[in-house]
Amino acid sequence: MNSSIEENSSSLWKDAWIKLSKNRLALFGLAILCILIITSLLTPLIAPYSYEAQNLELGATSPSIQHWLGTDIFGRDMLTRIMYGGRVSLMVGFIATAVALVIGILWGAVAGFFGGRVDAVMMRIVDMLYALPFMIFIILLMVVFGRNILLLFFAIGAVEWLTMARIVRSQVMALRNQEFVEAANSLGLSQWTIIRRHIIPNTLGPVIVYTTLTIPSVMLLEAFLSFLGLGIQPPQSSWGLLINYGVETMEEFPWLLIFPGIALSLTLFALNFLGDGLRDALDPRASKD
Amino acid sequence: MYRFALGRILQAIPVLLAVITVTFFLIHSAPGGPFSADKAVPPEVIKALEEQYNLNQPIWQQYVSYLGDVVRGDFGPSFKYSGRTVNELIAAGLPITAELAFYAMIVALVIGLLAGIGAAVRPNTAQDYIPMTAAMIGICMPSFLLGPLLVLVFGINLEWLPVSGWGDIPGDKILPSITLGAGFAAYIARLSRGGMLEVLSQDYIRTARAKGLSETLIILKHALRGGLIPVVAFLGPAFAGLLSGSFVVETIFQIPGLGRFYVQAAFNRDYTLILGMTIFLSTLIIVFNLLSDMLAIWLNPKLRHEIKGAK
Repeated sequence: MNSSIEENSSSLWKDAWIKLSKNRLALFGLAILCILIITSLLTPLIAPYSYEAQNLELGATSPSIQHWLGTDIFGRDMLTRIMYGGRVSLMVGFIATAVALVIGILWGAVAGFFGGRVDAVMMRIVDMLYALPFMIFIILLMVVFGRNILLLFFAIGAVEWLTMARIVRSQVMALRNQEFVEAANSLGLSQWTIIRRHIIPNTLGPVIVYTTLTIPSVMLLEAFLSFLGLGIQPPQSSWGLLINYGVETMEEFPWLLIFPGIALSLTLFALNFLGDGLRDALDPRASKD
Repeated sequence: MYRFALGRILQAIPVLLAVITVTFFLIHSAPGGPFSADKAVPPEVIKALEEQYNLNQPIWQQYVSYLGDVVRGDFGPSFKYSGRTVNELIAAGLPITAELAFYAMIVALVIGLLAGIGAAVRPNTAQDYIPMTAAMIGICMPSFLLGPLLVLVFGINLEWLPVSGWGDIPGDKILPSITLGAGFAAYIARLSRGGMLEVLSQDYIRTARAKGLSETLIILKHALRGGLIPVVAFLGPAFAGLLSGSFVVETIFQIPGLGRFYVQAAFNRDYTLILGMTIFLSTLIIVFNLLSDMLAIWLNPKLRHEIKGAK
């Protein structure tokens, strides 16, 4: 009986992979994401120039063989700056999403598993938090506690966990009352085994999908704040900050706006397509038709 | 329905109280007083200012008196714009931001609904793929990128439209409205396509078709009402998004609205202005969420029955 469960659960993932690999846009997204992650990890090794290197005599130049994406007004290589900025943008995206994931899964799982009054209270809190204007609160936090990158992770993560909690809770709730969980219960399996073998694997799909969709929205939030000057602070850099600088000089040096803009948009594009593709592949409701 | 509405309104009150309390104590725990950023000020001047703004009282007393003022709709004076109250600044900025948001919403609804419904009527054709890919690009192109790019193309290179201001030169409202509306148009297109596709596969639509109704009539009379529920439910959150979008758009186009005031207040550490505007904007957002929920329930008979059944 054990082996048949294994077979079934692995075929779910195999099915999902087959479906995903048929979705060209999602594969394109996955490829872009892999390239970005590898580039970000290797940036200190492969960046053409050093991050601090300035060349005031050179100034802003348009793309050339020495500087593929041109240089900014301080003569700094744009490709290097975009690579380092991408590291920060991706890091914010992944870490803040991880924060949101941990809070959301714990909150939702506890509410869904215990149900009853615990669930009612916990979900009412989520409902109330939903009504709050979070963008305003993040700005408020950044003003009060200074613009610090750790706070940014925390503030964004603290905002984005609500939907995750709702998804996990409804998933756990629905699973708890399924016949196969009842069957496992009557077979005398321990609670922990049921959670491990039945609840977690069945919750994983929606969680993965929502995670993939949360990362781009977190990155967008960071870029938004950095653009306003309320997020990442120099000398650190992120794509939002580079766009902010680009806007100041776009009349004379439009490439300083366009290249970081392409980097950000392409990444958001890739992640959104990957998320959509994963949803089509993993959501059992969508796979019926 | 009325009882549900009343319940939701009663639920909003503790949320608002929490917003006021959290904001108040956050602002008051901020390092550095509101006057510390300025050049060296003699201590007696600081003391006089603190007395004027009641900063020498214990914090609880300040909180209670502030709460009382807020209930009466008085947000007090601004720290940085001397001689002006937060109420005056909100009153000056609100009409401009409201107008910007209104035009942006029109742009979003017209483009979004046309694209979304058009795509749903002919799914998996060019009429579906092209607008939906455009919508995806719209979602991935944040307003702080789209705005400057529009300025670059239509303002600077083509010189068709003014690049900043609001109501000073004819045509200066076009680019900000499009910049703010574009992202929402993309969401509305996706939502209305999804909603319409689901409704169009329902039995009652098949019945309407079997009756021999024209396709136009079926879509306008039968499908739209159900198909647009996701769009209506989105309008509440969209309103919050419009406000935070106005932070960016008003900064880019130098529009003297609420968004620009808020960002500047954040930079200047104008504590009373931030405090007052946070409370004001939160109230607005909570009210609009409430309204869009009500509208969605009113449009959706299934939800209406659930609420009746639950009571």
